[in-house]
Amino acid sequence: MADPVAISVNQVSKKFGHGKDAFFALEQVSVDIRENEFFTLLGPSGCGKTTLLRLIAGFEHPTTGHIQLRGEEISHLPPFKRPVNTVFQNYALFPHLTVAENIGFGLEMQDKPAAEIDSTVAEMLQLVQMESLRDRRTDQISGGQQQRVALARALAPHPRVLLLDEPLSALDYKLRKGMQIELKRMQLETGITFIFVTHDQEEALTMSDRIAVMNKGRILQIGSPTDIYDRPSHRFVADFIGDTNFLDGELIEANSEGAVVRLSSGKTVKTGPTDAAANTPVSITVRPEQAVLIEDLDAADLQGTVTNVMYSGTDSHFHIELTSKEEFVAKVQNAGPARRDWQTGQTVGIKFHSHVLQVVSD
Amino acid sequence: MANLHAAPVNKGKLFSIYKLPGFTFIAVACFLMLYAPILILVGYSFNSGSSLALWEGLSLRWYFAAWENETVQGATLLSLVIALQAALYSTVLATMAALGTTRTRPFRGQTAIYTMINQPLMVPEIVTAVALLIVFATIKQATGYQGLGFLVIAHTAFCIPFAYLPIRARLEDMDTSLETAAADLYATPWRSFRRVTLPLLWPGILAGAMLAFVISLDDVVITEFVKSAGQDTLPTYMLGQLRRVITPEMNAIASALLAVSVLLVSLIFLINRKKT
Amino acid sequence: MNDVSQSLSDYEQAARQQETRRNWLLCTPALVVLVLAASGPLLVMLFYSFLKSGNYGGVIYEFSLDGWFNVILVRDIFDDVLRFADAHLSVFWRSIKLSAMTTITCVIIGFPTAYFIATRPRRSRNFWLFLITIPFWTNLLIRTFAILELIRNNGVINNLLMDLWLIDEPIQIMYTDTAIMIGMTYVYLPLMILPLYASMEKLDFQLVEAAYDLYATRIRVLRRVIIPLIKPGIVAGSILVFIPSLGAFVTPRVLGGGKNLMLGNLIQLQFDQGQNWPLGAALSITLLAIVMVTLLVYVRYSQRSGGQDG
Ligand SMILES: Nc1ncnc2c1ncn2[C@@H]1O[C@H](COP(=O)(O)OP(=O)(O)OP(=O)(O)O)[C@@H](O)[C@H]1O
Ligand SMILES: [Mg+2]
Repeated sequence: MADPVAISVNQVSKKFGHGKDAFFALEQVSVDIRENEFFTLLGPSGCGKTTLLRLIAGFEHPTTGHIQLRGEEISHLPPFKRPVNTVFQNYALFPHLTVAENIGFGLEMQDKPAAEIDSTVAEMLQLVQMESLRDRRTDQISGGQQQRVALARALAPHPRVLLLDEPLSALDYKLRKGMQIELKRMQLETGITFIFVTHDQEEALTMSDRIAVMNKGRILQIGSPTDIYDRPSHRFVADFIGDTNFLDGELIEANSEGAVVRLSSGKTVKTGPTDAAANTPVSITVRPEQAVLIEDLDAADLQGTVTNVMYSGTDSHFHIELTSKEEFVAKVQNAGPARRDWQTGQTVGIKFHSHVLQVVSD
Repeated sequence: MANLHAAPVNKGKLFSIYKLPGFTFIAVACFLMLYAPILILVGYSFNSGSSLALWEGLSLRWYFAAWENETVQGATLLSLVIALQAALYSTVLATMAALGTTRTRPFRGQTAIYTMINQPLMVPEIVTAVALLIVFATIKQATGYQGLGFLVIAHTAFCIPFAYLPIRARLEDMDTSLETAAADLYATPWRSFRRVTLPLLWPGILAGAMLAFVISLDDVVITEFVKSAGQDTLPTYMLGQLRRVITPEMNAIASALLAVSVLLVSLIFLINRKKT
Repeated sequence: MNDVSQSLSDYEQAARQQETRRNWLLCTPALVVLVLAASGPLLVMLFYSFLKSGNYGGVIYEFSLDGWFNVILVRDIFDDVLRFADAHLSVFWRSIKLSAMTTITCVIIGFPTAYFIATRPRRSRNFWLFLITIPFWTNLLIRTFAILELIRNNGVINNLLMDLWLIDEPIQIMYTDTAIMIGMTYVYLPLMILPLYASMEKLDFQLVEAAYDLYATRIRVLRRVIIPLIKPGIVAGSILVFIPSLGAFVTPRVLGGGKNLMLGNLIQLQFDQGQNWPLGAALSITLLAIVMVTLLVYVRYSQRSGGQDG
């Protein structure tokens, strides 16, 4: 069912500096990226996303570990011998060459015949809709156009894998939205594996087949956008993507189907599966929109006092102080059927549907 | 501020924080002082009379005189031959050195290399000249070789830091990300150098070569000490003449040399400005 | 640290060594030329300063300290008594005096000029700077010659003054210390203005505004605010003027004539009429030493004062 593995990163660590300045930008990172996949590396600034891309491209070499392309070890090949191309964050277009010459550069370096270069360049210009600007110097075109040229240049040699380091971060909001759709289209059209770096969670969720969430040089979770959003494995992942609540609880039992956790209120709830051991304290996460506010305190899983109500157009946010003194935020759609006329100071019950709760590790 | 503008004040009397008493006067005088002697020199080179002090009318007489003077011809030719060679060699060497000392992590011996390259700028010219005289005279005596090689290598050496300066500046402004991109696009290091680094570095190299050319063309002291008999360049020829009778021909030669320098320096200025 | 990371950091080590080797290889050709025609000869000269002078130039390969003795001492031909070499000492003195005076004159003229340029609108500053740069890169001999034309006995100035009946006979400026100083000021002035401008360009004029706001007069603003802030530039410019003045050869030779020698001319004499190579070598090394000490003091100074000035 799953496509074969394109890039396999195995136990890779990368250390910068030495002695007491030594610093691990990546620690024991392992990930398999499949053919035809739109794979996203998501994480805060400095977490090692660029470093991982540079290791795959060959601009840096791993301190430990292995990188394989379709099963072949490439970790010590120089970049010009790897069938992997990069779209650089600052585009890195050659200022002394025209748009067409930039796009043809990789083919020229591969000593492809001129006719083939010409036809591929024409094809690429068409793909990025830049035919009219083929003879412009690259410093005479706009940022969005430069972005397209960078993309076309990296795609022209038909690499096995395309690496994109925050390619959209320099564009304004509207242009970015447009390019997101185009990138996705091009990935589908070309069938090339995309490894895409961003720290924009929304961008990651909308575009990716799978996402790896990184923090401090480690990959915390790899999964589809829904996996990542609905079933975060780590407190960091839950917190980094979207808004969420954390609750303390005690794990009563767990199996592959799910787990049972006792909340601070004494009630027990069902959660998604977890590796944590029974009878240990655990953290649970739940998205604000997944909590239901009810009047019937006996039927509720938790109860508390509304301390603040914030109206935000589509939703209303209710800040609730639980009896255990924990903070909780519930979000109710204003157009939805749920009751939402809770007032500050009022006591409310909170009810969870089964399996919306997730046990997260720290 | 608003109050100040409300009343109609004589603009010249407005208080300006930038003004200091007498400064503008000295500055203007300074620019006049810098240019007046040169302009007078150039002006008199077009004098038709044979006196240095009396203006007798416009003519190119002294330029023709200099042009037909065989000694001047020989000196000009020699100046050009040496300057061209020194500029070529020093630029090639300086480009290599600049590539080896920029955009790299600090390496062992880097400071030593900097010191060596900049040495001709720090050591007084007369000291280098005398040291070269001692060494080259000994070699000349031992080998009997008296050729231009001595002048060429001496000029090449002191031109290196001048050629190095703009090339290095240009390199430091160049992002390594372009070479990284080239490597990503299958360019081997050599092809990346030829297709990316060199074309982008070219203005710096050009500026360096022109600077080296000007510096070599203008050199007096080292040439004076290193030259063998009959190896006068234009400046050493002039230096010799200045101790004897000064004819307006000197003005013509000086003006021509000046024109070459000003032209090249202006070009360098333009090349460097286009970049920013 | 486990074994794997150890062996792979060897890999990085190797990459680094390779880079260092590449850098050195790239620099080697330039270094060879510089050793052959710049630093190597200096060492040879040091060696020659400890040899015996040949009768008709050159040296005799015998150890001798005469060269160094002769820098400040002379042995009387008749009674063999050692005396201070007054002629040499007066040359040293003249060199230092004239260089210092040149430096001061350059500060006095250069400071207002640099200030003038720094207070021009940003767009026109480049033009004014260009006007300073042009003489800087043009032939020193020609610029000295231009001064010569001006101050000669029947030069432009004297002729003008005589035509105007202001003087009856030419003022003798040529072949005096004044002539040398005028010449050196003229040729080295750009070296003062450029660093002065560099530090003035960074001057924050809000500080000047603040001083005026606090009742300072113009003179006081200059003395208490501007000059202290520009000091690194003044020092850098002074070094840049003082050092070449000290080693000047062409300007004193053309304008000072045969009697008003500076150090550079004294050195040259030892290879010309004097034919005392070891003495010439020793004098050169002395000059070099003075220059190096000055530079070293300057480097110390600029490091101490924060090193914000390149
Ligand atoms: N060449 C280097 N030398 C030393 N440290 C480095 C080097 N390159 C990266 N680092 C460090 O490694 C860490 C990871 O850097 P990296 O560029 O991979 O982060 P990133 O996830 O791409 O961040 P951003 O979102 O800001 O681009 C950072 O702390 C960075 O300072
Ligand atoms: Mg990054």
